[in-house]
Amino acid sequence: MDKKKPKKVFVQGAIPPEKIANSVANHQSKTNIGAHSIFLGQVRADEVDGKTVTAIDYTAYEEMAENVFHEIREAAFAKFDITCAHIYHSLGKVNVGELCLFVFTSSAHRRIAIEATNFFVEEIKAKVPVFGKEIFEDETHQWKVNK
Amino acid sequence: MKVTVKYFGLVAEAADKSEEVIELSEVLTASELKKQCLEGLAITDKDSVQIAVNQNLDDAITIKDGDEVALLPPFAGG
Repeated sequence: MDKKKPKKVFVQGAIPPEKIANSVANHQSKTNIGAHSIFLGQVRADEVDGKTVTAIDYTAYEEMAENVFHEIREAAFAKFDITCAHIYHSLGKVNVGELCLFVFTSSAHRRIAIEATNFFVEEIKAKVPVFGKEIFEDETHQWKVNK
Repeated sequence: MKVTVKYFGLVAEAADKSEEVIELSEVLTASELKKQCLEGLAITDKDSVQIAVNQNLDDAITIKDGDEVALLPPFAGG
């Protein structure tokens, strides 16, 4: 129903866990839904040469990123019989243990929702111009690359 | 012709700027402009940097007056 409308994906800082609960609550009136599938990306305390990552500072080519997010949504709605889909991605500093990506799809049945969420996550990692500066405890940094 | 060049992530760090307007006197492809913009910058893997012209990642495009060009290091979303 709202699948054609471009949506704002980026949020400043970490995604609060309450947002996940609220999103679920907001879909309880949509009784044609039988399954939600959720992916949550959390910033990991990677160790590199004896130094530990304490946070990732995200930046993006925002105009292009919002357009690519929209294209991924359109492709997902064309490919999967999903009722709705929501994506949120952080910009700015997100500490380890906090959430930086929230993908939420809903469908009548579980397999479609699970496959659609997986599609979103893989497409986002491959195609959206987002950059991550991994900050270590001694304030040095390195640039993250998606594997 | 004038072109706006945007720098992101490690490219912005190496160039020490996020955006500039440059004047081009010759016709260049996106690939040639990328090489020119990255020249002299301390970036280990320049091949990993992509260029987007008006958000299009095709580096064979010919640059035109007024284009917005972006130099994009490897993506790290999620």
